[in-house]
Amino acid sequence: MSKIIIEFKDVYKSFNGIFVHNGINLSILEGEIISLLGGSGSGKSVLLKELIGLMKPDKGDIILLDNNVTQMNEDALIALREHIGMLFQGAALFDSLTVFENIAYPLREHLKLTEKEIQERVADKLHLVGLSGIEKKMPDELSGGMKKRVGLARAIATEPKIILYDEPTTGLDPMTAQRINDLIIELQKKLGMTTIVVTHDLHCVKTVSDRIAMLHEGKIVAVGTWEELVSSNIQVVKDFISGNICV
Amino acid sequence: MNILLSIDIIAKKFILSVGQVTLLTVKGLGGIFVPPFNLKLVSREVDNFGAGSLLLVDIIALFTGMVMALQTIYGLSIYGAEMYVGSVVSLSLVRELGPVLTSIMVGARVGSGIAAEIGSMQVTEQIDAMRALGASPVKKLVTPKMLAAMITLPLLTVTADIVGIFGGMIIAMFELEIDRIFYINSVLTTIKISDLLSGIGKTVFFGLLIAAIGCHFGLKTTGGTTGVGRSTTITVVTISISILISDFFLTKLFLIVF
Repeated sequence: MSKIIIEFKDVYKSFNGIFVHNGINLSILEGEIISLLGGSGSGKSVLLKELIGLMKPDKGDIILLDNNVTQMNEDALIALREHIGMLFQGAALFDSLTVFENIAYPLREHLKLTEKEIQERVADKLHLVGLSGIEKKMPDELSGGMKKRVGLARAIATEPKIILYDEPTTGLDPMTAQRINDLIIELQKKLGMTTIVVTHDLHCVKTVSDRIAMLHEGKIVAVGTWEELVSSNIQVVKDFISGNICV
Repeated sequence: MNILLSIDIIAKKFILSVGQVTLLTVKGLGGIFVPPFNLKLVSREVDNFGAGSLLLVDIIALFTGMVMALQTIYGLSIYGAEMYVGSVVSLSLVRELGPVLTSIMVGARVGSGIAAEIGSMQVTEQIDAMRALGASPVKKLVTPKMLAAMITLPLLTVTADIVGIFGGMIIAMFELEIDRIFYINSVLTTIKISDLLSGIGKTVFFGLLIAAIGCHFGLKTTGGTTGVGRSTTITVVTISISILISDFFLTKLFLIVF
């Protein structure tokens, strides 16, 4: 049985007095693909940001690779983030840097590689996401789907142990979305990364997930495989999957 | 009661902002001494702040010097002392107008640019991405901008002083038919090293202020593109007011020191 690599323990978070997380408890196993499912504004992205220390929860503990993230300072977090890659919702590519410089960014920050090794690593990751040869392009020359894939190449550049996807298929056409879904599975198989996918795209959830955790009103209301969720008796899960509640 | 409450809220926000800018300044300055040192980033910012502002600063200085000369000639002619125009114009420019006008102009141009750049990065999650990729936004963005502003503003002020004095000379030559050698001599005998140091010294602080305020409001940006616009506006207003207020205290300080 795989060991627990990430653990949320009784996590609370509020913005302007409104609770987004109301006692989140969740354990994530090494090497699995887990999807966090929930409506828009349910706090899924906030949970990812809390996990890598970009935001602090009001209360509770978050254990990541045996470190309590909530107790760490920025310098310690920077070192820890070497083991984590994150694909942001809008890709968040640095628009003043080329595709090459974007992907090389974490390599220069974390690893002591020669320029030749960096070039090889960037070319390798771009090949992996199916975008070989676009190193010199600027982000504003890329389509939405290409930006997401470059963001993905940047996230996996250091070959992290854990990868976080924030709405990886939102705003993409079905074919590009399917390509991203395939990439998530392919990367997990190739590199064995623990993968967390935050989404409200049910097709994405169904395609990629080993397990699914459903977030509703600040709590995890259900955890299980797609089949377990589909046959769940919890009303909110049934409504969400059948599309009866507004997302 | 509502008015008191509003004053209380505004005062608290102001104090909080002052504290946050101070903390950012300390962190940003601290970054200068912590490796790795990225001179490429600093030189890019120096080029952007300095070369990009040079023409603007010098045009304003030229016309300020010319207007100063016209007004001074008018004022001094009452006492028959218009020959001292070079001394008055140069002293006013070097001690006060050069540093303050240059700082306000550069503050508006560079400060708004910083706030817009960092604000856009903030709302498009690029700042979060930077942190997620293991880099410090303070080290990568704030420190180079602070250092560049502290280097370029004194240099720009020196050029503004020279161009402004030159503008005054043109007016003195055409309006009073003063010989340029006489004008230059009156400038050189009036301006002391302490006047130069007092004027230039202020701009190092103003440069730091411009970068710190621009970065602070950029990093605090929320609310998409509207938020970026809001940050830019508040940055320009805050920088202008801060320069004028701090100028008073710095002038008092430099009068004591020199």
